[in-house]
This record gives sequence, structure tokens and C-alpha cells, in this order.
Amino acid sequence: MSMVQTAKPVLTHEKALWMYRKMVEIRRFEDAVHDLFAKGKLPGFVHLYAGEEAVAVGVCAHLSEADSITSTHRGHGHCIAKGCNLDGMMAEIYGKATGLCKGKGGSMHIADLTKGMLGANGIVGGGFPLACGAALTAKRRGTNQVAVCFFGDGANNQGTFHEGLNLAAIWKLPVIFVAENNGYAEATPFTYASSCQRIADRAAAYAIPGLVVDGKDVVAVYQAAEEAVRRARSGEGPTLIECITYRNYGHFEGDAQTYKAKEERKRHLEELDAIVRFRSYLLDGGIATGEDLSRIEEEARAAVEQAIQFAEESPLPSPADLFDDVYVSY
Amino acid sequence: MARSISFSEAVNEALTIAMAADENVILMGEDVAGGAQVDHLQDNEAWGGVLGVTKGLVQRFGRDRVLDTPISEAGYIGAAVGAAATGLRPVAELMFNDFIGSCLDQLMNQAAKLRYMFGGKAEVPLTIRTMHGAGFRAAAQHSQSLYALFTHIPGLKVVVPSTPADAKGLLLTSIADNDPVVFFEDKTLYNVKGEVPEGDYRIPLGKADVKREGRDLTIVAIGKQVHTALAAADTLAAQGIDVEVVDPRSLSPLDEDTILASVAKTNRLVVIDEATARCGVAADIAALVADKGFDSLDAPIKRLTGPHTPVPFSPILEDLYLPTPTKVIQTVAELLGDSSIAAAVS
Ligand SMILES: Cc1ncc(C[n+]2csc(CCOP(=O)(O)OP(=O)(O)O)c2C)c(N)n1
Ligand SMILES: [Mg+2]
Repeated sequence: MSMVQTAKPVLTHEKALWMYRKMVEIRRFEDAVHDLFAKGKLPGFVHLYAGEEAVAVGVCAHLSEADSITSTHRGHGHCIAKGCNLDGMMAEIYGKATGLCKGKGGSMHIADLTKGMLGANGIVGGGFPLACGAALTAKRRGTNQVAVCFFGDGANNQGTFHEGLNLAAIWKLPVIFVAENNGYAEATPFTYASSCQRIADRAAAYAIPGLVVDGKDVVAVYQAAEEAVRRARSGEGPTLIECITYRNYGHFEGDAQTYKAKEERKRHLEELDAIVRFRSYLLDGGIATGEDLSRIEEEARAAVEQAIQFAEESPLPSPADLFDDVYVSY
Repeated sequence: MARSISFSEAVNEALTIAMAADENVILMGEDVAGGAQVDHLQDNEAWGGVLGVTKGLVQRFGRDRVLDTPISEAGYIGAAVGAAATGLRPVAELMFNDFIGSCLDQLMNQAAKLRYMFGGKAEVPLTIRTMHGAGFRAAAQHSQSLYALFTHIPGLKVVVPSTPADAKGLLLTSIADNDPVVFFEDKTLYNVKGEVPEGDYRIPLGKADVKREGRDLTIVAIGKQVHTALAAADTLAAQGIDVEVVDPRSLSPLDEDTILASVAKTNRLVVIDEATARCGVAADIAALVADKGFDSLDAPIKRLTGPHTPVPFSPILEDLYLPTPTKVIQTVAELLGDSSIAAAVS
């Protein structure tokens, strides 16, 4: 286990701007979903990724559409970082026919296999074996594709975590397990629910590398993922990366978050914000200009507004769609 | 004395009574209290379950008896089985019945088998509380009604209450029962209110309740669909069709006698279940009546169930998925071969 620190500039101008754009898109998207939910415009319940942007973006910066990811119930950020279309995502959350899953999945099940996004997942721990399977496909076919499994701190107590890591280790599968340790699983602290100090410690049990990074430092995540992806692509097997992060909103919308200490929340929202930190990093390092970043912010805002308009104007599914995509109707 | 409280409050009340009466009764599950080891959190601020059904129990009984678990269903459901076999009387919450995939072995091969397989030498006084049901806009992995799966397994008892009063009386019986019981709570019923007696009372498992008496036709309905059946029965009454609504309340054991007696009286049967039809509870009840009540039937048995699809997210599709009073009336019209009935309501 090692602590990865932010080193001197490792990003090209182009990559840096892509990362900043994705982070801002995620934040704008989630803030918008938060507002829409509060206004009663969205059915069901939603789990928001705001605050954790650096994880999805720092990792997906190394992936192409050919690589696969598995996601969680908190999946919007993974979708955006993996290149899913914002219009289709928002329409899905609205339950519209133009949604990425034709309105049949909703927030918790957004998927786009053409982008290598194997789906948000309503089952905590559901993704570990799926990612192993995607990696097995790549290995069998001799491609250099990799699979990334994003998962929460709560999921690391599921049997599938342990079974997935072991399988990936013995078969040297090209998988990267990315823990998003935001400190809580619903209202239960990580420190209560897990016997280990760090999720990364558990890698040792499966004889694979395990490291901890500041998950609110996108450059640190980027660097850790770079090595893990390199290992995976070159046949050296899986890596576990634990990203220490924080969710800005509740577990789901409507959660009063009484289990979070006030100072803790304030510190995360006001001092440790990943986007603010990355912005300073880019400006201070001369990697981007204020103009570049403001333009991106404006474009992200417009893209999310466009997505909402698209979703609102889209048609609902038609009754016959109920019976589509099952292989037999009774 | 009965007063009007919600389904959720009725469940909470049953748990409170059972825990107060017997310290072997413990509650375990994900966030059944919430906020374990969070120093600043007052117990009255704790979640008390993801929808607040177990709120207040940790204040009253403490964290030694209201155990927040890691997200490890196989681990804690299995531990509940082992604890039950060795002297405790656990109530373990499986937040959504859909999560059974993560721990089925512990119920199917462990809890269900011990008594029989060990020659009657083991008892597993375990209650699993779990949420089921569509209509919550919760999509395919949080909306199923999987009681048929458990009913299929010998050694498990299965309870699906439809009203607050039944929920309370059946839960108290389930906890007191010395065999494993899977107790289903429809999440869309939690806020529904009804008259509920105070104090401890027990409703036996395997005893159906005739929720409405009638002469012309029997509807057997499961869980929330009892309410759909009752709404349809009101409309049909206005057209001179007198419907009897039977609520089995427990699917295992199943009160065959009450169902057969009702069909013997009305000579017609419709079964309503929102779960899918194939190998489902509606099929099972239809088969029961075909086997043992065939001579009473004046018409083929009809089933009204969810379609053979996962539950869709989009509200417009989810509403189509579920049975409705109108669909019940259409089904009755088909059964009676009288299209004027359906025409009158559509
Ligand atoms: C198998 C299973 N068990 C329980 C749940 C209910 N549930 C949904 S999210 C969640 C907490 C997950 O916590 P974590 O893995 O830390 O992810 P986070 O929400 O913090 O992103 C729980 C218990 C579920 N969806 N699936
Ligand atoms: Mg978490």
C-alpha cells in the first residue's frame, strides 16, 4: 500500500481540459438533478455523485470506448466520465422513450454498452464479477482492453468483492477495482462496517497491489490509475485503488444526513472541493487559462440545460414497449 | 381498543411488543438503526430503516439488540439463521426482497432445511422482514414480489399481509413461530392507515381472511392486490355482481379450506397477483382449485398477474405492469362472458 501524491504536471493541455470538462459536467448535471427532484419533476429516487467527480474522471481519462466499466447505484458520474450522452441520460432519469435505456431502467440502471458502460447497478456488489467477466472477454480475445469496477466502501463487505478480487488475481485478469470510499454506506460509517483500516489493505489477501489515493485530487487519481491500467493492459493482472472521497449530497435525495458531522460537511464542501482544487492546479501550473475554464463551465451549463429540455420535450414510452426486449410474452 | 395507524407504524408496534416481551428477540439489518458509532448522533436522529419503519427501536432497546449490519446479506442473514438455531429469536431485515440473490443459500439450504434434515432436532425461530412490490418507481431490481420463490421451498413459511391490523398480528405470530418465516411488506402500503388493535394479539398463519363476502364470484388476491380487488368489487356491486374477496395472508401455510369453501359457494374464481404468472402464486392457487374444487366451477379460472417482464422504471409502463381495478373488471367480464360489464366502466 502506498500513498500517491500529486506530482508536477503530468497532463497534456488537451487531457487536462477534457478532465475539467467532465468534472464540471458531472457537477452541473447532479446539481440539476437535485433541483429537479426537489421540484417533484423526477420519478423514483436518485443517488447523486456530486463531490466524487475526481474518481470517475481520473480513472476514465485512461480508458477508451473499447474498455468496460461497471458502476453502482450512484452511477451518473461514471456514465458521464465514460462518454454517455447527457441528453439520453437525462431522458432516462425522466423515464422517457428517448432515454439511454428507453425509460425502462431509470437513474439506477443507466447503461450504454456502445460506450463500454455496462450499467449503473441497483445491487450493491453486483459489479465485481461482471467486471471480471468483461476482463475475461478481453483476455480470451487477446485485445488489450481493460475493465474497471467502481464500487463504494459499503460494497467492500459483500462476498462478491472477495470472490471478484480472488478470481481476477488467479486468472490475472485486466481489471482495476476502484473503491470510492466516501465514508458512508447509507447512514453507516465505513469505520463501523469494515474491519480493515483501509479497503486497499484487503488487496494483500489476494496478492494484488492495493493503494490509497486522495480521491478528491483528480491528478492523484489519474496517476494511480495510469499505472493500474498499464499493468492490466500488459497482462500483469488486477489492481485495487482506494479513493478517499466524499458525497456532497445525502445517500439519496431526501436524506437529512444527520450522521454527518457539520464541520466535516462544511470542510468538504468549502475547502476540499475537487473541482475548485483542480481549477487552481490548472491555473497555477499554467496548464489552462481562466478563459479556457470559464468557456468549459459555460458549455457544461448549456449542455445540461439542453439535456433537461431534451428530456422534458421527449415522448413517453408507448404501452407496447412494456413487452419489448423480453424473449417471450405471456 | 383499535385506533387508526399506518402499516409502517403497525409493523413498528409489533416489533416493539415482541422485543419488550422477550430479550432473545433481536433486530438486525442494514441501517435498521443507522449511524452506528457516530458520536454526535442522538438515537432519535437515527434513520430507523431506509424508510423509517424501525425508527425509535434503537432508542428503546439499544444497539446491542438493534444491530446495524455491513452490506453483507449472506453474512448477516446466515448469522441470523445460526443465532436462531442456538437460542436467539432474530428478526433480520432484508431491505428489498430483490436482494435475496445475495443470500439465498442461507435461507434455502440452511434455514429451510435444518429442522427436517436433522431429523426434527433443530429449530430455527427466525423472521426475515423484507420489502416487495411495484409502484414505487424503483425499477427492476427494487420492485419485484418474490414470495413464490420462497413458497416453493419446503421449510419456509411465507406471509404477505395487506392491512395494518393483519401486519401487526401476523408479525407477532411470525416472530413467536419456531420456524423460519419470510414476512413481506409492500413498500407502497407503508403509509396506508387502518384500524389496529392495541397490545399483543396474534393472527394464526395459514388462516385466510374473507375481506368481503359475496355470492357470485371469488377473487383471491395477494398483498396490496387485495385493495385492487376490493375497489373492483365495489364497482361490480353497482352492476349487481356480488364479489367475495379472499386474502390468504400467508402463502405457506396456505388456507386451502377457506379458498375452496369460497369457490364452492360462488362457483367462479379469479386470482390476482402482481408478480409474474409463470410458476407463480396465482398459478398455484388456480391449480389447487382445479385439483380439489373442479366440481364447484361453473367457468374456467382466470388469473390477473403482472406480465412476464421485469418491472419497468418509467411510470407510464410501471402503471401498465400492475393490476388495476379496471383490469379486474375486464377479467371478471371475460369470465362471465358479459362484455357489457367492462363496457360500463371503461
Ligand atoms: C445487495 C444490496 N444490499 C443493499 C442495498 C441497499 N443499498 C443501496 S446503496 C447502499 C449503500 C451503499 O454504500 P456504498 O457502497 O458505500 O456506496 P455509496 O452509496 O456510498 O456510494 C445500500 C445499503 C442494495 N441496493 N443492494
Ligand atoms: Mg459509501
